[in-house]
Amino acid sequence: MDITLNETQSLVQETARKFAGADLRPQAASRDESAEFPLESLAKMAGLGLMGVNIGGEYGGAEAGVVAYSLAVIEIAQGDPAVAVTMAVNNMVSEVIQQFGTSAQRERYIPRLTGGEYSSGSFCLSEPGSGSDAASMRTRAEKTSDGWSLSGAKAWVTSGAYAGVLLVWAKTRNTAGLDEISLFCVDPKADGVAIGKPEKKMGQHASNTVSIAFDKVELSDDALLGEPGQGFKIAMMALDGGRIGIASQAIGIGLEAFNQARAYAVERRQFGKRIADFQAIQFKLADIATELEAARLLTMRAAWLKEQASRPFSREASMAKLYASEAACRACDQAIQILGGYGYTREYPVEKLFRDVRVTRIYEGTNEIQRIVIARDLIRQS
Amino acid sequence: MKILTTVKRVTDPDMKVKIKPDQSGIITDGVEYRMNSFDEYGVEEAIRLKELHGGEVIVVSVGPAEATKEIRTALAMGADRGILVETNAELDSDAVARVLAEVVRRETPDIIVIGKQAVDSDRNQTGQLLASYLDLPQATFAYSLEVADGWAVVGREVDGGTSTKRVKLPAIITADLRLNEPRYASLPGIMKAKRKPLDTLTPADLGVDIAPKVRVLRYEAPEERAAGEIVGSVDELIDRLRNKAKVI
Ligand SMILES: Cc1cc2nc3c(=O)[nH]c(=O)nc-3n(C[C@H](O)[C@H](O)[C@H](O)COP(=O)(O)OP(=O)(O)OC[C@H]3O[C@@H](n4cnc5c(N)ncnc54)[C@H](O)[C@@H]3O)c2cc1C
Repeated sequence: MDITLNETQSLVQETARKFAGADLRPQAASRDESAEFPLESLAKMAGLGLMGVNIGGEYGGAEAGVVAYSLAVIEIAQGDPAVAVTMAVNNMVSEVIQQFGTSAQRERYIPRLTGGEYSSGSFCLSEPGSGSDAASMRTRAEKTSDGWSLSGAKAWVTSGAYAGVLLVWAKTRNTAGLDEISLFCVDPKADGVAIGKPEKKMGQHASNTVSIAFDKVELSDDALLGEPGQGFKIAMMALDGGRIGIASQAIGIGLEAFNQARAYAVERRQFGKRIADFQAIQFKLADIATELEAARLLTMRAAWLKEQASRPFSREASMAKLYASEAACRACDQAIQILGGYGYTREYPVEKLFRDVRVTRIYEGTNEIQRIVIARDLIRQS
Repeated sequence: MKILTTVKRVTDPDMKVKIKPDQSGIITDGVEYRMNSFDEYGVEEAIRLKELHGGEVIVVSVGPAEATKEIRTALAMGADRGILVETNAELDSDAVARVLAEVVRRETPDIIVIGKQAVDSDRNQTGQLLASYLDLPQATFAYSLEVADGWAVVGREVDGGTSTKRVKLPAIITADLRLNEPRYASLPGIMKAKRKPLDTLTPADLGVDIAPKVRVLRYEAPEERAAGEIVGSVDELIDRLRNKAKVI
């Protein structure tokens, strides 16, 4: 058994770490205030290959693998969690097109997603009335003589206002007249597409989250991604990979909180001692570090399994997302405790991290849904 | 144009250095390593020279097998070919310069651009010694570099300001901080670097004796600096400088 990183993986980690330290961390607090979308940083990240880490070189990807991708997201999240989610969604969208797209679709979209011509791609599955129960979506694509007509509304679309391409899931009707779910590539500038106002979120302000309405949007036949009726399966496969991204993002946020808390604990003095000399503080640091390390190993294993591509990794990805997001939330909570009153102010970064981390237990499937995925897999194998 | 640059694997300068109890060296357990930051400027400049004038960038490291990572980083930034002169011995600047001199004799580069010093031992000698061993011109502490018609014009950081020096190539240029802004190794660059040639030699292969001329007796930590104090007035400041710090 060997769980050390290879040279390529550690070089990718180093590049992401340097970039996060020099370009993202110094701006994270002001972007939290302004909620400005980080167009310039995203363009630089595309230049470094971070927008298509696990994408083939023929499409402008880095082909560095899933483990390297996870390592990179961990580092970027330490610099700015909002940028990490934008990166993660862009990588996920690119991977879906790579895996299920026709060669024309791949050539059209992926180089623009990896190369920065599109600041991002978007993943439009959730709706105002359908979140965990994605299959109950109401957006519908009706077959027309030369394509499709798409109508409905999507919610919570990450990067939606800046996306170059939208992946939109919609109900379609099969030849037997039954409903099924299909997936479409939609141009956000097409007639009938209306992008809503950005949500005012608790955290991750520099990420963009909008609802999008579709009113009889005309799609040509080649907008269909994958086979008709294959949409739901594609969504679930994409989310398996996406969960590795969110687990990595959570770990990055947790590590940043840990580093801030440790640095504070060895400086701050009370009762004539460093607070790091109190066992109560030491135990908090020990617990945070232990849980984040466990989360990291779960996530690395899920990433490694996906990279091997020899067996399903859905259970492991859900375990990683579930555990990492909960460990990271505890880490941020305890980091605030270690900083005391200062931790509760915007003078110090842990307050923002606490707000940023919370959604990792909600998106890409709530943690309740992760437990359902894990339990079903366990019971299936009993 | 054939351009030679060097990288040293150094302890992470952002980490706290701890000295062994017997003062024979520093504690390396749990220490992270990275490319010497001055070498990043050297590598960047070498790559820019290639981008401007064409040719090849060769990156050399003298050190342990793990230093392939620093070489690979330079290859990922855009260098073409690596040479590791592998040794686990403690090296002084003179030994490194003797090894590099032999590599330069074999490779016959048109220009040698290296970091002005390493951020671990901060000795700032290798470039100068190398120039001396090779009997080549040198321009140290470069903040600007222009190459044309077999000459290099080098803007140098010197005490009290800057100066300009013109040297005939081949020459040794040592890089200072303002020379450029080193690029990151991009992910596609990292993947390409895997396939670039990296040869490993030993000092013996080069026929160089690396026995040190400098003997380190012991390591000592600098005295801890006491916290500063804020004074209320200029008079008070002068009083402190005169009577407490005793510097005026
Ligand atoms: C910032 C942000 C960005 C997002 N980005 C995207 C995006 O890019 N694309 C996209 O498609 N979606 C995105 N989402 C949507 C996200 O995936 C959904 O919010 C999530 O799936 C939950 O859906 P919901 O909000 O409708 O909650 P609901 O599904 O209504 O759930 C409410 C509560 O009920 C629980 N619950 C639901 N069903 C069950 C069950 N069977 N058993 C037990 N408990 C259950 C849930 O766990 C939760 O606690 C984003 C959300 C946020 C907040």
